[in-house]
Amino acid sequence: MATSTKSDPKNMDLTLRIWRQDGPSDRGHLQTYEVEDISPDMSFLEMLDVLNEQLNAKGEEPIAFDSDCREGICGMCGLMISGHAHGPEKTTTCQLHMRSFKDGDTITVEPWRADAFPIIKDLVVNRSSFDRIIQAGGFISVNTGSAPEANAAPVPKQKADRAFQSAECIGCGACVAACPNASAMLFMGAKVTHLGELPQGQPERWARVVSMVSQHDHEGFGGCTNTGACSVACPKGIPQDVISTLNKDLRTAMRQGG
Amino acid sequence: MTDLIHGVYTEGEKIADTKAPKVPVAGMWEKRKMDAALVNPANRRKLSVIIVGTGLAGGAAAATLGEAGYHVKSFCYQDSPRRAHSIAAQGGINAAKNYKEDGDSVYRLFYDTVKGGDYRSRETNVYRLAEVSANIIDQCVAQGVPFAREYGGLLDNRSFGGVQVSRTFYARGQTGQQLLIGAYQALERQVAAGTVEMFTRHEMLELIVEDGRARGIIARDLVTGEIQTHLADAVVLASGGYGNVFFLSTNAMGSNVTANWRAHRKGAYFGNPCYTQIHPTCIPVSGDHQSKLTLMSESLRNDGRIWVPKKREDCEKDPRTIPEADRDYYLERIYPAFGNLVPRDIASRQAKNMCDEGRGVGPMVGDFRRGVYLDFADAIKRLGQKAVEEKYGNLFDMYARITGENPYETPMRIYPAVHYTMGGLWVDYDLQSTIPGLFVTGEANFSDHGANRLGASALMQGLADGYFVLPNTIRDYLAKGPFPKVSEDAPAVVEARTAVEERTKRLLAIKGERSVDSFHKELGHIMWEYCGMERTEAGLLKAIDLIRGLRAEFWRNVKILGSADTLNQSLEKAGRVADFLELGELMCIDALHRAESCGGHFRAESQTEDGEALRHDDQFLYVAAWEFGDGENDPNQPGSTMGAPVLHKEDLVYEAIELKQRSYK
Repeated sequence: MATSTKSDPKNMDLTLRIWRQDGPSDRGHLQTYEVEDISPDMSFLEMLDVLNEQLNAKGEEPIAFDSDCREGICGMCGLMISGHAHGPEKTTTCQLHMRSFKDGDTITVEPWRADAFPIIKDLVVNRSSFDRIIQAGGFISVNTGSAPEANAAPVPKQKADRAFQSAECIGCGACVAACPNASAMLFMGAKVTHLGELPQGQPERWARVVSMVSQHDHEGFGGCTNTGACSVACPKGIPQDVISTLNKDLRTAMRQGG
Repeated sequence: MTDLIHGVYTEGEKIADTKAPKVPVAGMWEKRKMDAALVNPANRRKLSVIIVGTGLAGGAAAATLGEAGYHVKSFCYQDSPRRAHSIAAQGGINAAKNYKEDGDSVYRLFYDTVKGGDYRSRETNVYRLAEVSANIIDQCVAQGVPFAREYGGLLDNRSFGGVQVSRTFYARGQTGQQLLIGAYQALERQVAAGTVEMFTRHEMLELIVEDGRARGIIARDLVTGEIQTHLADAVVLASGGYGNVFFLSTNAMGSNVTANWRAHRKGAYFGNPCYTQIHPTCIPVSGDHQSKLTLMSESLRNDGRIWVPKKREDCEKDPRTIPEADRDYYLERIYPAFGNLVPRDIASRQAKNMCDEGRGVGPMVGDFRRGVYLDFADAIKRLGQKAVEEKYGNLFDMYARITGENPYETPMRIYPAVHYTMGGLWVDYDLQSTIPGLFVTGEANFSDHGANRLGASALMQGLADGYFVLPNTIRDYLAKGPFPKVSEDAPAVVEARTAVEERTKRLLAIKGERSVDSFHKELGHIMWEYCGMERTEAGLLKAIDLIRGLRAEFWRNVKILGSADTLNQSLEKAGRVADFLELGELMCIDALHRAESCGGHFRAESQTEDGEALRHDDQFLYVAAWEFGDGENDPNQPGSTMGAPVLHKEDLVYEAIELKQRSYK
């Protein structure tokens, strides 16, 4: 590609191969674009903003992609970047910065790919299957107003910390996208562990795990074969052992007659 | 009504009554709950409520009303209710639990919040907020929110800016996320139970007012583009704040004012629109392509020292090579008593002053460098790097990721950013707007934070409104229903729907030359320059002119590609920016009329001899509630102006708290 005149020697010219798909029924294809003079301080999504401004100016419809908080916590963004969920760093797509790339790179950008995450348009997918897994049991049944005094049930710090660590999941779906089976076991394991470690979560513990797993399978997510790709891709570092906890709870529940 | 004032607004009648019971604050909320009519459980499922927004205020309300048995329709523009921007709150949530036995109480939390708001909030609402705060913690713990705990297994808490007790509950730096997940799970439980119907990727674009009551909304399905009519017995707006009018803010990309603004245009008054919180410790702008700003907890100011070079020619140098004698620790110099721990508004304004003098650091943004140093070298020397890492590690990591610099070696650069809006739709004690049946909760309303919000109070207000206040007050309204059924072809419904369809068509038909973002950026620049940290009469008048010109150009020259019947993110943004272009003008008018400095609103003309904010309680001890003024032309048409808004004053009455002037020297 032609080398542009850069406003700063650190800036980059890049080739992007981006998935374009008009709608759910369109077959979709990779389209090649060139962007020039990209600052290493820009975030990956800001680089896409620049491309979209260019496309808009040329009269070509901008690329649709999801993002909201752009500070790594809402879980709305998520792209497959050259084959890695959220790209080469262990973070969310919005917190990935262009200094992770170098001048002249070619970057392939695709949506999450899983049967349970159908594509809506371009890089935007439908992750409502995650909400339905939570509806199946990812909660503690307590109505507003009926809560006991907060310090009535002490929680050992170790358990509280593990519950917190599991509760850090942002529901982005990178675990599913990274998994060769498109399994959502890490997502589900994180929730089962979060609630299962706490005394408040005990009354529904066994029913919860059975119900969530059943919904997971119904949605078309695959089974877990312990590749560990999910945990590697997870921007929040949810450890793989939440899946062990999930399996253990599921076995106990089944023994009890589910 | 008066003649035009400053050529831009008129004044109407005062607001006579906020509907608070006429008893002392301590017994007021009990009395209101007792007096509010009840709805028989069997009748509740015949009553429907629309709730727009699924953050703490909206999600909690939807879950609670669903549990009570009402038929709830919940809307969010994101792909899941769990993504609402409450999720990004870091620090914590205040509650008057007095677990530390350090003298905290409902009254003290009430007092701190009113004082922090620079005596511009409503006593009755703030007292209630403090009163229900303890219940919030109980509720969240029962839901499984993993708050920080001590080794004995009991809840930990810490102290926060502006107070002397320890009452902030937290979950590391992710308190907002954990509270929101709690509300989200409660909400999804009701979706499963069938009491809540969830509409994700739907955006409210119009309010339906029939026979003087809010009876529904027009929403666009953002995936299919379908324009839908949703009818109900009452409507709740929990759609958050409007900081994105500045383009660059710590808000989420999609945060917008459209739900509020559409309601405002239908008759809901807008309270104190100019009250904006600008947070001092954000990561500075790195270049023209920046899309948003990121906040770092203000706890950093406990150990970091803030400085700029004394000499302009040093601004480009490596800060580590600048000798002590050539550094200006300006907060320590100007405010020897509070030093780096002055309140947010003061720290922000001084950083701007330093950069305006040409002593800012970091990359050039426009004509100036916009950054000051936040230096931990002394703290690392005193405490060791490990201790600093334990306290602030996650913030240092975030800084390193965004800037690519190592803050343990080089001083961080920070700059103030728009963070929260205290203003919002005006509501009475019941959180009901001036349109009967339209309730407003959380950041979307104006009621609890006056001219400045204290840290860890936004989460408290969102959940107080959602779990405990609204469910009790809205039942008094719903007990009068079910209201006569509104048909989809009633004139008010058809008019609202047609307005949305035509507006969408009109936007797509402009086919101009400039992108939506370019207009949004330009508006943000005007707002930041003239209605940001320091405001003047001349600047605000200029801004009003500039915004009018920009709005006219927008409707003549915006370029939106694609169609209305598919996912079209440019079209979504265009609708939001169109509303920001109107709101921005109202904010400037409000800032212009309030010729005093209070909290986050600093008018250069109203300062003490040594440059501090000066309130004028004799003239401005009131809430400014603005009524939309219909112009002669349709404001959405090219070249038009909005009509002059009408100011209605709600006098602030302090009975439980004595008015004082703040000082931090």
